[in-house]
Amino acid sequence: MRNIFLFIRRYAIFILFLIMQTTALSMLFSYNRFHSTLYGMFSSEVSGRLNDRVDNVYSYFSLREENEKLRAQNAQLLSQLPSGQLFADTTKRLVRDTVKIDSTNSYRQFEFMDAHVISNSVFLQQNYMMLHRGSNQGVQANMAVVGPEGVIGTVIGVSSNMSTVMSLLHRQTKLIAVLKKGSGLGEIVWDGKDPQTLILNKIPKTVVVKVGDTVVTSPYSDRFPPGMNIGFVSAVTNDQETNTYILKVRTAIDFSNVHHAFVVKNKLQNEMDELKSKLNKE
Amino acid sequence: MNVVIKNIIRLILIMFVQVFILNNITPLHQLIVPYFYFIFILWLPFKTSRVALLFIGFLVGMLVDMFYKTPGLHTAAVLLLAYLRPFVIGLLMPKEITEWGNEEPTRFTMGLAPFTTYVIILTLMHNGYLILLEWMNFGSFLYFMGKLIATSSVSLILVMIGELFIHRKTRNR
Repeated sequence: MRNIFLFIRRYAIFILFLIMQTTALSMLFSYNRFHSTLYGMFSSEVSGRLNDRVDNVYSYFSLREENEKLRAQNAQLLSQLPSGQLFADTTKRLVRDTVKIDSTNSYRQFEFMDAHVISNSVFLQQNYMMLHRGSNQGVQANMAVVGPEGVIGTVIGVSSNMSTVMSLLHRQTKLIAVLKKGSGLGEIVWDGKDPQTLILNKIPKTVVVKVGDTVVTSPYSDRFPPGMNIGFVSAVTNDQETNTYILKVRTAIDFSNVHHAFVVKNKLQNEMDELKSKLNKE
Repeated sequence: MNVVIKNIIRLILIMFVQVFILNNITPLHQLIVPYFYFIFILWLPFKTSRVALLFIGFLVGMLVDMFYKTPGLHTAAVLLLAYLRPFVIGLLMPKEITEWGNEEPTRFTMGLAPFTTYVIILTLMHNGYLILLEWMNFGSFLYFMGKLIATSSVSLILVMIGELFIHRKTRNR
């Protein structure tokens, strides 16, 4: 018994070191769940406030570029307004409608909420962003985040005023994507090397792919609105082992220079989830 | 100035530089990640007890992790640094640690060559362990070595710049 105490006394510091090291490592290897823990929420709230203060200063430096981006987007949106479009006269016909409900009326599926990016990283193997918008402002986990030029990532953690976004530059990114030309479903991943290049796998070799082709989100995603830009094909390699290409994709958005983002809310999300859970039960 | 207050102010300044300046520089190359914050541990006074070193290391690591959103990664690396520091100082300095007053390891108190060795050993330990942990999750060996060398050289340059340009009052012995 005495020997045990002597042993503990002698190696007390080493044991303390081991305990702390284990704490740190266990946190590291459970980082997927980390953002929903109490400490994770607390720390993102605290670091979020500080980041917000500093970002207030930083954002002055990029006001001009930001303005230009928004102007370009405004112009694009304005040109889509129905008042700016003409219809050929010959297709117009006066018909007395007997149906009282306008069944051709569209309704909105995706709602875009403006958000300020207050911290960002592109250096690491797992890159996260922080948005100044949280559960009080209607953000929930798993919502999509897009920028003016294209897809940014997915919300993974929400505190009351901040939310953490896993950007596309993350080792665990998996996003279904298609070529804008049409055919070919693929999967976007990141190899952790270049913050401007993503990898698109699983496009079958039957599809003709050229450098410069646009890669967009698929219409089958339940989070991302279909047709959002992800990037442009920058290199085409044949995978020798399978019947698919490995494509390098230059990101549409410059991840090192993101200041504004939109959080996308899918209004049909609950309905889709219900259907999915029903499927899983059966 | 009181040692504790001085070090708290120093910690805030170093964290500011690491989190809001170094973290926001556009990457020069994919292998280079500038780490500078561990200079805080290197600069703690000689007579800081080993237990205190560990606790301070844990705190500093958690602070960095809060901003980098990598729970535990930097904490683990700084803990190793804090644990090894007394051994490295013992190797390089003939004196008993208790003989020192509030002096900190500087190029004057230790001499330029021992101080440089001290910085190089601990920087390599810190970056090596940090990148090893990152590499265990993913990546190839070549990537690991390349990143270790590139990142450590940048860290060394940053720490030496910090040492040479920031005037710390020390009595020359």
